[in-house]
Amino acid sequence: MKKLEESGLTKEEIIQAYRHILMGRRLDERLWQLTRIGKTSFNISGQGHEVGQVAMAMAFQPEKDYFLPYYRDMTACMVWGMTPKDIMLGSLGKEDDPSSHGRQMPNHYGSKEHNIVSHSSTVSTQFPLATGVAYGAQLKKQDYVTLTATGEGSANQGEVQEAMNFAGVKKLPLIFVIENNGYAISVGTDEQYANETMAERGPAYGFPGKRVNGNDFVETYLAFKEVVELARSGEGPALIELMVSRLTSHSADDDHSVYRSKEDIENLKKNDGLLFFEKQLIDEGYLTREEMTDIDTELKKEINQATDEAEEMPEPTADSILDHVYAEK
Amino acid sequence: MAMMTYLEAIRKGIEEEMARDENVVIFGEDVGGVKGGVFGVTKGLAEQFGDDRCFNTPLTEGQIGGLAVGLGLVGYRAIGEFQFADYILPAVNQLISEASRMRYRTKGDWTAPIVYRAPYGGGVRGGLYHSQSTEKVLFGQPGLRIVTPSSPHDAKGLIKAAIRSDDPVLFYEHKRLYRLLKEDVSEEDYVVPLDKANVVREGDDITVIGYGMVLNHALKAAETLSKEGYEAEVVDARSLYPLDKETLVKAAKKTGKVLLVTEDNLEGSIMSEISAIIAEEALFDLDAPIRRLAGPDSPSMPYSIALEREFLVNEEKVTNAMRELAEF
Repeated sequence: MKKLEESGLTKEEIIQAYRHILMGRRLDERLWQLTRIGKTSFNISGQGHEVGQVAMAMAFQPEKDYFLPYYRDMTACMVWGMTPKDIMLGSLGKEDDPSSHGRQMPNHYGSKEHNIVSHSSTVSTQFPLATGVAYGAQLKKQDYVTLTATGEGSANQGEVQEAMNFAGVKKLPLIFVIENNGYAISVGTDEQYANETMAERGPAYGFPGKRVNGNDFVETYLAFKEVVELARSGEGPALIELMVSRLTSHSADDDHSVYRSKEDIENLKKNDGLLFFEKQLIDEGYLTREEMTDIDTELKKEINQATDEAEEMPEPTADSILDHVYAEK
Repeated sequence: MAMMTYLEAIRKGIEEEMARDENVVIFGEDVGGVKGGVFGVTKGLAEQFGDDRCFNTPLTEGQIGGLAVGLGLVGYRAIGEFQFADYILPAVNQLISEASRMRYRTKGDWTAPIVYRAPYGGGVRGGLYHSQSTEKVLFGQPGLRIVTPSSPHDAKGLIKAAIRSDDPVLFYEHKRLYRLLKEDVSEEDYVVPLDKANVVREGDDITVIGYGMVLNHALKAAETLSKEGYEAEVVDARSLYPLDKETLVKAAKKTGKVLLVTEDNLEGSIMSEISAIIAEEALFDLDAPIRRLAGPDSPSMPYSIALEREFLVNEEKVTNAMRELAEF
């Protein structure tokens, strides 16, 4: 693991990164609880992706860069500007949910205010969209960079290949990410792709592709920083294959103990990126265990407040069912 | 006024809108460069507006569909061309899962104004995959609009309205009409509304509703029948989705005898929906059962000249069906 100071980030920034990572974990745990007690109907989790997502998102400039996420990107969306309350409003299907105003299932993140584009559930449809957003920058010579992500199973969709091919041809300022957690619901990588890595697909379309360890904060951050700077200066797209773990079942409707052995599941817990990051923070003198406990308490309080406030908010009204089908009624 | 073919009128409309709004961009397979499309609709646009605004895409229709949505998200008005309406099929996921519902699923936070152009229709020896009327595949997908002009005047006015619309619009161009129809078209800046059918000919005896090539057959057939003493009301459905129910129902009630004509195969065609609407709204004004004239229920239009002729609704078939209904 690279030392945290090698990132070039300040101590405050590193601690902020930790807060994002821990918030991602704790908020997801809350969403599972709400699903189990029937307050919400569904959750699909990014546990095991948080360190990589925060390192990834911090390499961008969320105030101007665009993000077209997929359903496990909750933590990255919060780095981009969404709040725990925003997430909670979406999970509960409330009118003020910035992702979809209660129209979409939970975990379909979006926010116009934060340049986070809404996505569908037919996986990877966001990839061609991202090329349009990125081509828009090129047309008007704007210097924003576009980020889009999907999983290693979804990355086999035809639209992903079509989008990467186009981005290569046009040298778009666009970063593609494949978050590889080894499982597409129950199906392992040996049934998803034949090559050694998915990163190899970058060079196949004429741009760099790199596999990075998403549990290594600094390795991930530096890898993204490099390609984001290249994209911003007109050097074209890149593909990053972010190696992460899926610590939970695929979703609240799945039970991974059916297809993963007890041993595998135990091993996953030992390889939890959050634990590595916490150890690093202590070993390298950024935070003490007591300070981490304080942060944890603070975040849980924030989540409680977000949950309470979101629960109080109104549902969409039934008579809004036909709103916004067309620009004008 | 200037004499223009249906194809030239479409090009003129696009050219005017690209000159009017720098956010209008156009792309597709062979659309850019000196070629300007396999039918030549975009010829000259790359030279006039630059290779950034009129460009070729790789041979990837899903990508054409999604690229248009992405550009719309950041303020552009994209015109994506599908080389043939048959080749929309690889892009259907983008059109339905993204374009049609971006506005709905974000309550208007994110929107994408788009025109998807697609040459459709048979009678060009195009066989199964260059002849189809695929509009019914995308019909009944709320959020999308589908329009198709049946005259050069409408071709220019409708494409301009489609480009200015904030909704995703599928613009179907009948490829047989590209060079077949020629008329004086206004050089003024006019638009034809996207949600209105058009009564092209007035009559009291029977009502014929169609669009595209078959509408032109119906207009000629109406003249033949006029000599036999029957006057037909001919309606260009034009706004295929959402349908202009008001105009269609009014025209049905006017004569009480309705013939619905489509080049598509009969089952599940747009005419089936129009038939249901008229049955619901005008049953007690009808003097005869609603009749549909359409292609046979074979999977698309075969290549052989004998089979293509057999598939196509032609002027003679329309004339016979109209006469039969008039005599009912």
